[in-house]
Amino acid sequence: MTTRKSVLLALFILFLLLPIYWLLNMSFKTNTEILSGLTLWPENFTLHNYKVIFTDPSWYSGYINSLYYVSMNMVISLLVALPAAYAFSRYRFLGDKHLFFWLLTNRMAPPAVFLLPFFQLYSSVGLFDTHIAVALAHCLFNVPLAVWILEGFMSGVPKEIDETAYIDGYSFPRFFLKIFVPLIAPGIGVTAFFCFMFSWVELLLARTLTSVEAKPIVAVMTRTVSASGIDWGVLAAAGVLTILPGILVIWFVRNHVAKGFALGRV
Amino acid sequence: MSNKVENNKAWFLVLPVFVLVAFSAIVPMMTVVNYSVQDIFDQYTRVFVGTDWFRDILRDDRLHDALLRQVIYSLCVLLIEIPLGIGVALCMPKKGIWSSACLILLALPLLIPWNVVGTIWQIFGRADIGLLGWSLNAMGLEYNYAGNPVDAWLTVLLIDVWHWTSLVALLCYSGLRAIPDVYYQAARIDRASSWAVFRYIQLPKLKSVLLIGVMLRFMDSFMIYTEPFVLTGGGPGNATTFMSQTLTTMAVGQFDIGPAAAFSLVYFLIILLVSFVFYTAMTHADKDA
Amino acid sequence: MNWMAWTLPTVAFFSIIAVILVCMTVWEVRSPCVDRRGFLPISTTRGDRLFIGLLVSAYIHLAVIGLTEWSIWIAFGVSLVWMFIVMKWG
Repeated sequence: MTTRKSVLLALFILFLLLPIYWLLNMSFKTNTEILSGLTLWPENFTLHNYKVIFTDPSWYSGYINSLYYVSMNMVISLLVALPAAYAFSRYRFLGDKHLFFWLLTNRMAPPAVFLLPFFQLYSSVGLFDTHIAVALAHCLFNVPLAVWILEGFMSGVPKEIDETAYIDGYSFPRFFLKIFVPLIAPGIGVTAFFCFMFSWVELLLARTLTSVEAKPIVAVMTRTVSASGIDWGVLAAAGVLTILPGILVIWFVRNHVAKGFALGRV
Repeated sequence: MSNKVENNKAWFLVLPVFVLVAFSAIVPMMTVVNYSVQDIFDQYTRVFVGTDWFRDILRDDRLHDALLRQVIYSLCVLLIEIPLGIGVALCMPKKGIWSSACLILLALPLLIPWNVVGTIWQIFGRADIGLLGWSLNAMGLEYNYAGNPVDAWLTVLLIDVWHWTSLVALLCYSGLRAIPDVYYQAARIDRASSWAVFRYIQLPKLKSVLLIGVMLRFMDSFMIYTEPFVLTGGGPGNATTFMSQTLTTMAVGQFDIGPAAAFSLVYFLIILLVSFVFYTAMTHADKDA
Repeated sequence: MNWMAWTLPTVAFFSIIAVILVCMTVWEVRSPCVDRRGFLPISTTRGDRLFIGLLVSAYIHLAVIGLTEWSIWIAFGVSLVWMFIVMKWG
């Protein structure tokens, strides 16, 4: 029984890793080797593709821009979502359920047409081509998700803890920061992970709201492909590098994620 | 639900979220509604056309086809990913270093930007230089995602399964971990079969995480754009031209903002209705149980 | 604000929605409502019924535009009747 489970799981993970391996494999090949035929590992191992990226500012600044707005988005999302999730998990108030559903509907707008008003909205308030614009725009879908996930975690914390703290004379902000936030730290880890993920992988909004100063890596990649023909090796190397920050993030929150997932909303 | 305190001051806690989201949500939404009733030539020249755009797009065969393809696609995505995700979650080890390792490995595909996902599969599926295409052809299957519509469609489906099953699995895993051991012990005393354990203990407890999973997957797969666009640009023919692809061609390619706005409102209404029915069904099932 | 491309009908539309929301809020504060079960298959509050009513009205309009040659005002009339029914007995 357990071995059968492990085998199935291993097969699935193999299925997940194969394409990623293929990308990694390609990033160490020369373009001639990539296009000349199928090789299971690089025969002329080269770091040339990575060198291209690390020496060209238009490439590496893309990474910095992306990381910059993604972290900003993570911080903003968590800061506003924490109190809101607390409100949803502890209180009943006017229109709470409708507000909750309305928040969710914001994930549903098909981006293609909304891009134009978005572009004009952020231009008209003078935020076009800044990191904060992308961070704010990504809040549109990250904040509702953050509220949703955090609310689940917070509902798992017994109300008695709040009440005891108030009786002990804690004010709300102090109670919230000193007692409540540490209690749901795993939940915050999970939420941060999801915010990072959805903001990092989003392409359309990030590309529309930036041109030079804050251009994200995902947009740099698409431009380069169309401009200079397809340079598969560099493209693959850039792809590998886009996965790395994600791995780092998971690595840092892994204990929280494992623990946090155990507390999950049920 | 009933132990919540009635307190309208809670609004102050929600206010930042409300302001932030309203800024990015309501203004663009209003603008799109405005676009949808006008013929826009440039910034200063526009003509009110009433409901003409809606009439056009509701009777456009191209869009009916795209909608049909979209519905079939989203259904397939849900039918494959939800059971598979639950299955994977059930197979995962409960604790120890292996469970952390599995979590990290599973999360990998989620962290790859969507256009990179398209690029990966574009190469991976090629018969000459990609492992998948090469091995399928070596096994004697004619496989060519760029030429054969069925292959292209299956590839896009496979990409989605590859990309997003982990999300469902991770969510389900969190749900499973939250079931107290007492339940399993009781089941063991009753000598419940593993199917019965799944059906009567695990599945009911998974309901709320599945709600998140299903809603996220439905909404995102219904708006899928990047992967088929990078893979084949919607082709061959129209095999992988889904709704948002059609919409983008209309809005960006032909710059028909009016019809595109009308189309996206209809699109939005469809997603809204399905999600509402879903959400209500799931939350009310909770209440009645 | 020019880029938002406002027209009179859309201004009217959004104003009416805003007015309805304000009225519903005031009504709710004056006399809070309780869940009840009408002909809809779920128990609903006043706000739920408003949302369901509006959503279905949107579909009524789309159906009239897409399937028939009737004037949009017929759809509007039908929607008004429907809103009344759903708010009263939903």
